Amino acid sequence: MQLAAAILTMIAGVAACAAYFWATSLILDWIFPSKGLSGAAASRNLRITNAIRPWLFLAPALFALTIYLIYPVVQSVWLSFHDRGGQNFVGARNYNWMINDGEFRQSIFNNFLWLLVVPALSTFFGLIIAALTDRIWWGNIAKTLIFMPMAISFVGAAVIWKFIYDYRAAGSEQIGLLNAIVVAFGGEPQAWITLPFWNNFFLMVILIWIQTGFAMVILSAALRGIPEETIEAAVIDGANGWQIFFKIMVPQIWGTIAVVWTTITILVLKVFDIVLAMTNGQWQSQVLANLMFDWMFRGGGDFGRGASIAVVIMVLVIPIMIWNIRNATKESGGH
Amino acid sequence: MNPSTRSPLTWAVHLSVLLLVLLWTMPTAGLLISSLRDKDQLAVSGWWTALATSSRNDVVRAPSAEHQVERDGKFVIAGNLLEGQGGGQISAFGFSSREPATFKPGETAELNDGERLTVQADGSFEIVSDKKMEGSRGQRIFYTAATPPRFTIDNYVEVLSAAGIGTSFLNSLTVAIPSTVIPILIAAFAAYALAWMPFPGRAILLAVVVGLLVVPLQMSLIPLLQLYNGVGAFFGVPAKTYMGIWLAHTGFGLPLAIYLLRNYMAGLPREIMESARVDGASDFDIFVKIIMPLSFPALASFAIFQFLWTWNDLLVAIVFLGAGEDSLVLTGRLVNLLGSRGGNWEILTASAFITIVVPLIVFFTLQRYLVRGLLAGSVKGG
Repeated sequence: MQLAAAILTMIAGVAACAAYFWATSLILDWIFPSKGLSGAAASRNLRITNAIRPWLFLAPALFALTIYLIYPVVQSVWLSFHDRGGQNFVGARNYNWMINDGEFRQSIFNNFLWLLVVPALSTFFGLIIAALTDRIWWGNIAKTLIFMPMAISFVGAAVIWKFIYDYRAAGSEQIGLLNAIVVAFGGEPQAWITLPFWNNFFLMVILIWIQTGFAMVILSAALRGIPEETIEAAVIDGANGWQIFFKIMVPQIWGTIAVVWTTITILVLKVFDIVLAMTNGQWQSQVLANLMFDWMFRGGGDFGRGASIAVVIMVLVIPIMIWNIRNATKESGGH
Repeated sequence: MNPSTRSPLTWAVHLSVLLLVLLWTMPTAGLLISSLRDKDQLAVSGWWTALATSSRNDVVRAPSAEHQVERDGKFVIAGNLLEGQGGGQISAFGFSSREPATFKPGETAELNDGERLTVQADGSFEIVSDKKMEGSRGQRIFYTAATPPRFTIDNYVEVLSAAGIGTSFLNSLTVAIPSTVIPILIAAFAAYALAWMPFPGRAILLAVVVGLLVVPLQMSLIPLLQLYNGVGAFFGVPAKTYMGIWLAHTGFGLPLAIYLLRNYMAGLPREIMESARVDGASDFDIFVKIIMPLSFPALASFAIFQFLWTWNDLLVAIVFLGAGEDSLVLTGRLVNLLGSRGGNWEILTASAFITIVVPLIVFFTLQRYLVRGLLAGSVKGG
């Protein structure tokens, strides 16, 4: 019933969209006809329609982008200088609060840990796996299996990993894999996700598990794109496998490694679901995105503080944004 | 394969890839196996023991003396240790807590007062005595039993019928499908304009789209929540509707959609469009009849991305659809279960698997397009 309504609405929406593009196109041709007119008038009308039409094509997208992305950025900055309800200007008080807030500093510290560890390890594993799987006949099957976690939601992944980190008191049988291994080697079982500081790394493992497949797919394509001649030349010069990999192949794909690294970095800044589902920021595992979500709803919600945390996340992203834009314009410059 | 590649190094490669694959698949396999296990076994033993027969130690008390029957001049108490446990194998037994596994099945143990205890491998036992047995308490029998693996879909039945997962499944579909289709159409037209229609400001617009690719979603939440509340109050409609979340997902997905599709369309050969234009086709005709069909691979890969992302999303759904009982999507439901029934592994594992099964199906059937889309988006021009 509900699904049927959704599909109906969807069809109506798509039809309305299509109708918009079709109708505006028709109206434009009707107001400024270019067929059946004499030379000068026709070419003038053609010029006008050619100037207007791109904007008709772009209008819905521009509208959505403005409402859902550009306006919120501006509004968030504005809100961050206002109080919890967003009515009264409070100057930099939210930022002041933030700097002195222990939880915020904890989150910043943790976020930097995440930023250091997750992109580095995901890219590293991705690169190693890409290089290894390219040499064996069942490489594609292996790749599919390692890529698979990408399809799993962060929450689903959290449940999966909760099962790995599960803790039972010493003496009773462990049902968490990690503790079972520790006990088998004669160690003491630990409640992993409640160990301050180290629990960050146990949460990071989940994201690395998800993201390695992404890094692997892209780096594998890049490795295959390396010209054969460079490798052959190195072989003739007597280079061994390690030298070929690290001195010949890796330098040639630095650009792709950088793309993978930055893409995962952005994702890390936004990571929220994993922390929410695993610890909800307890045991000193808080991160910025979860802290912000917390302040949106905590005690009825403090939009000023929430927005100021969002602004901090945005500021952290800006260098990557600029780097991306410069790359993209460099490439499309020739087009 | 030439002989030199069959070196120890090749074996090392095979082994290390195998190890990595195991590392990466084991967590998911654990979830799947756990969700199919009996809920009593699930809570007491690790999932990796599920396939092996598990051995456990237990003790039962034989029926008391009043249940004895006289047979051939002897007095006998008989029964089965494994009664009501659905099978198993006795591997050892005993009659005192100090030596609970002294005897093998089939052997006869001499009890203290002239009674003899025999236990068979299938669990049946007999206590035989020459004289009439006395005492109100039955003999304690200690045993070690191997229980065969048991798999069941009970957990799924329980979850689907009770925990609200069914409703959430529908909610997730209701959110994900329109949120995937709507942005494609909007983005396709915009991408065409950015790729093939010359107009002033095109380069800047493209740069803006690339910039918006990385805007953190978190930025948008508070302003949009306010906006939705305002719009809802103004028109007297609820602020949290499916329409709202479809449009939100559309907005958030557009930068990637435009960027992917523009990259793809810009790579299409110019001659096709020019010859169509010479034949008198308008931009609209060219777009619908030539560009759209040719761009199918790019459209497909974006559709997969967007579907996975909207299905797996938690944040947007909680904020724009709310966390009410009727409106929870699957991811939200799972977070709730984690909090409220974190100890009920059978519910948690089955729900988690139901949550991830749709994306996994999409992933395995359409992986080709997914990879292609990733490459188009990241290794530009690749």
